[in-house]
Amino acid sequence: MSIREKIRSYILENYLFTDDQAALSDGDSFLDKGIIDSTGILEVIYFLEDEFGVAVDDDEMIPENLDSVDNLICFIEKKKK
Amino acid sequence: MLRPQRYIYDSLLVSEKCVPHKTAVVVEGKGITYYELLDSVRRMANALLARGLKRGDRVAVYMDNTLPCIISIYAVSLAGGVFLVINPQTKPDKLEYIIKDSGAKILLSDAHLGEQLLAALPLLEHVQHVICSGSQENLKNLNDSVTRKIESFNNVIEMSDNISYKVETIPNDLAALIYTSGTTGNPKGVMHTHLSMTFALGSLIEYLRLNEEHVILNVLPFAFDYGLYQLLMAIHIGATLILERSFTYPAVVFKRIEEYNITVFPGVPTIYSMLISAHRRKPLSFPSITRITNTAAALPADYISTLKEIFPNALIYKMYGLTECKRVCYLEPELLDEKPTSVGKAIPGTETLLLTKDGGIAKPGESGILHVRGPHIMLGYWKQPELSAHMLKEGELPGERILCTHDWFYRDDEGFLYFVGRSDDIIKTRGEKVSPVEVENVLHGIEGVREAAVIGVPDDVLGESIRAYVSLNEGYNLTEREIRKICLSRLENFMVPQEIVIIDELPKTATGKISKKGLTGAKM
Repeated sequence: MSIREKIRSYILENYLFTDDQAALSDGDSFLDKGIIDSTGILEVIYFLEDEFGVAVDDDEMIPENLDSVDNLICFIEKKKK
Repeated sequence: MLRPQRYIYDSLLVSEKCVPHKTAVVVEGKGITYYELLDSVRRMANALLARGLKRGDRVAVYMDNTLPCIISIYAVSLAGGVFLVINPQTKPDKLEYIIKDSGAKILLSDAHLGEQLLAALPLLEHVQHVICSGSQENLKNLNDSVTRKIESFNNVIEMSDNISYKVETIPNDLAALIYTSGTTGNPKGVMHTHLSMTFALGSLIEYLRLNEEHVILNVLPFAFDYGLYQLLMAIHIGATLILERSFTYPAVVFKRIEEYNITVFPGVPTIYSMLISAHRRKPLSFPSITRITNTAAALPADYISTLKEIFPNALIYKMYGLTECKRVCYLEPELLDEKPTSVGKAIPGTETLLLTKDGGIAKPGESGILHVRGPHIMLGYWKQPELSAHMLKEGELPGERILCTHDWFYRDDEGFLYFVGRSDDIIKTRGEKVSPVEVENVLHGIEGVREAAVIGVPDDVLGESIRAYVSLNEGYNLTEREIRKICLSRLENFMVPQEIVIIDELPKTATGKISKKGLTGAKM
């Protein structure tokens, strides 16, 4: 599975409880759409750390890095470099 | 201004006169002065009047923590209307229920909430005007999907003149309906007048010892009175409010604290618990903060020492309240170590009574139901006389009504209050009240579900987590995940059960009712 597929299926499975791909666009803001809230974001961080072996600093926990599928992909690719 | 401040919007008029060029609000890093804020508020108030708003009309504000939301709250008030702020996480069914219940004919919203809005709009024929903030592109997409016109918030303000006359109201008029979950399942609109709200506002500012130098953070939704009053307090004292949409991205909030030298940090236990776990990974310190406040659920006593490390210069306020009177009591921060489990005494200008089952005054150490007396108590629930009578009881003075909280407390010898327990089964999770009945109604509405019961389970981070027990009709094979998905489409996120336990049969009492006591003992 590509990074994109892994992230999409994680979000769909754990926050939208569906496998309907149409339920989530890659540019959808998690905040705007009410997909992830304050208690959910830590779970996302743990997922990134476990799945992609990247360490996320507290000051990296910002919407530019985490608030959509596209942002997450950019962030992981940047961290892996 | 020579006359006393009688209305919620008076705060803005006075502060604009005193400090017009001071920053009133910073929303996601962008500031607006008192002068600019009042200008937008006046224009929007005029626009609302031009769209037929009459004194006492309700206006639904289904918005996120945005600048347009703040403008809307004060504009509705200035135009003589009654605002009701609806949590942006609200799903279409409940949105429809609340708007219909309130009878609002004008709806203000944000375009990014469009999906839920579009689902609810066809059912809201009585809503005559919909005004949405957001980009032109988002609005165009919205308008392409509906037959009725959705106006642009910014255009409406730009095209409108300043309000030129005063709408005649008196302070006994309603200022706000604040919808809250109740034991019956459907949310109820708590009626607050300008009198009750301006009184509560003054009392809060007094005991929190706030002045115009303060910089107040708000990450809580305005639909929650705790969030709403951060705005009302900041504007009243001519301070600055730093508004964020949520605590979802803590690093953003930490940056704001340093950038704006924030002095007041209002939180709920869930936020403090997240702060503490972040602090354990990498030490945090916010020396600019001089007040932290907690309400909605008890602050665990063992959090205090860590919070003192994170906020080395802060007074820590433990408070207790309910929407029906805004706030009941607070503990003077200097007494935190002496009375670590107390929620203190009544807020200034009010009093509390502990009454035993037979109506007598509870002795020190004896448990009683907490009753509240003061100008801050609600007028009642909107169009719900029976539910109102359940909460508002005859006081000692002829005609006076006092608020029965239905919560058990005891007092120590010095009169300090200690929470004992609730007398209903409302769940408190992430600082929000959740009615088990409301969640059960959604579960019962799922095809294949025979019976459902919902309970709160103690949880370190959430206060309580929500657990649902569900039994299925024969031939149905629903999974936990499928049930959660349906819940998520009909309930606010915080109401969706964290756990769903599918069992063959729910335990019953002798009279055949579902036994929640039996469930707490049930094995997973």
